[in-house]
Amino acid sequence: MDYEDAIVVKNLYFSYNEKLVLKNINLQIKKGEIVTIMGENGAGKTTLIKHFNGLLKPKKGKVIVLGMDTSQTPVSQLARHVGMVFQNPDYQLFAETVEEEIATALRNFGFPEEKVKARVEWALKVFELDKYRKRSPYLLSIGERKRLSIASVISYDPPIVVLDEPTAGQDFLQKEKIAELLFLLKQMKKTIVMVTHDVEFAIKRSDRIVLMADGEIIAQGPTFEIMSSIELLERARLKPPQIIETAYILKRKKILPSEISIFTPKDLVEAIARNVDA
Amino acid sequence: MTALIELRDVYFTYEGEKNPALKGINLEIKEGEFVLLTGPSGCGKSTLCRLLNGLIPHFYGGDLKGEVIVDGLDVRSTPTYEMAKHVGMVFQNPENQLFNSSVEREIAFGLESLGFPPDEMERRVEEVLRAFNLVELRDTPPYMLSGGQQQKVAIASIIALRPKIIVLDEPTANLDPLSAEEILELLSVLCKDQNITIILVEHRLEIALKYASRLIIMKNGEKIADGTPRDVLLTKEAEIVGIPPVVEVYKTIRRRYRITGVTPLTPHDLANLIESLARGEGNGL
Repeated sequence: MDYEDAIVVKNLYFSYNEKLVLKNINLQIKKGEIVTIMGENGAGKTTLIKHFNGLLKPKKGKVIVLGMDTSQTPVSQLARHVGMVFQNPDYQLFAETVEEEIATALRNFGFPEEKVKARVEWALKVFELDKYRKRSPYLLSIGERKRLSIASVISYDPPIVVLDEPTAGQDFLQKEKIAELLFLLKQMKKTIVMVTHDVEFAIKRSDRIVLMADGEIIAQGPTFEIMSSIELLERARLKPPQIIETAYILKRKKILPSEISIFTPKDLVEAIARNVDA
Repeated sequence: MTALIELRDVYFTYEGEKNPALKGINLEIKEGEFVLLTGPSGCGKSTLCRLLNGLIPHFYGGDLKGEVIVDGLDVRSTPTYEMAKHVGMVFQNPENQLFNSSVEREIAFGLESLGFPPDEMERRVEEVLRAFNLVELRDTPPYMLSGGQQQKVAIASIIALRPKIIVLDEPTANLDPLSAEEILELLSVLCKDQNITIILVEHRLEIALKYASRLIIMKNGEKIADGTPRDVLLTKEAEIVGIPPVVEVYKTIRRRYRITGVTPLTPHDLANLIESLARGEGNGL
């Protein structure tokens, strides 16, 4: 076991009843990495990440999290190390008020009361929830509830944070905030695993992409490498990011040379400037 | 042509709130428009949607000022069951909307509760099952379907009522990109073929823009931009909702190449534009 690794998955198989939903998954996530898992609904993404905090145990194979074998470690212990933000925030919100929601998680992990207070204030501010502090979580919009569920996980400071569709239903500004937060977490050397359909978000914010289809990993690699392969994205039923698709068409038509890599709007603007006369 | 939806100086404040959720909204929407409505969370988009089918003021209490006329009806004096025949509503989470034991029952439910006679009901159910490609799923309980299929059933059950207007509040937020595209395609066909007016609330402009004939941006309860997507996207106001990457590139290159044509909305649009520049054909589009 290499201590550089946050999560190691070896030959993992999982089935619900008789149906095989994960097939021979092999995956290594290094400490401090931002890894994004993508694929269509039903590809097995959520089933896979539920193995990271022991909510699901392998039928075959192994999942090792920070050196702990998840099939031999209680969920309560794993939860302290792996913070999980679910796709539907309603599955994890249960307190009477927004501030209580954040405080509950902290108290559960035995933080002293003064620390609970300080962390709650920090989280309310960072996630712009302070004006709702006394409100019931159920009176918030879906986007706000999502932010609250992220806030209550981040506030207890787990080394690994797993987010299922963090940008679903978020407006542009909130998405930028979530992106900034990911950046901050990365600076803090946290390991981040994300599941998302949002290719434009994933391309800007991930170190590595894992593509899934039909319960299998069909490809994994550096973000640019995976996102540049239109054929792979199609197999995972994803649409390519806009800039990559534009560059792909222009290269095919020989308007831009095929060897330059074009990833961001800036790359494309520069490539046009060099190859198309004004 | 007169407007199908008409709002004059509309203000609305929810009960117990100090600040109005809608401030001085003036809006005219014509039959057959595909309106994309966007803006930061809390800008009043959902409130506006609730107003159009009478949930405001009949279900959500508060103080409503100004005039709201939808398909010739004043929402204040029209009961919600009557409004439902004119304005169909689809929400973000289809699970909250589907509760019958089969797809067929789900589609029949709305017709039944509005008192349609059995033979008319049967005819309409068959019609939408076919039109939405749901015939094979007719006996399946909605909870067994994928998110995309559920959203399709939710829209089908509303189309069965033949409303002139469909209002959708982030219908694709939980769908994968291709399922989302399928739903938006479907709406676009309903709009073009049956002249149904679509009002779509959506944050991800990059997936929704190409279907829209009009883009409205709201902020803090006010309408701050309104026009064709190609015009609105070039305004300062559009920056708060996030400019799609192809439009960002276009905004940077248009001055250098003195482009005066229409704003590209998709990678294909942009690639075509650059191709015509490269071939020295001016601004192409």
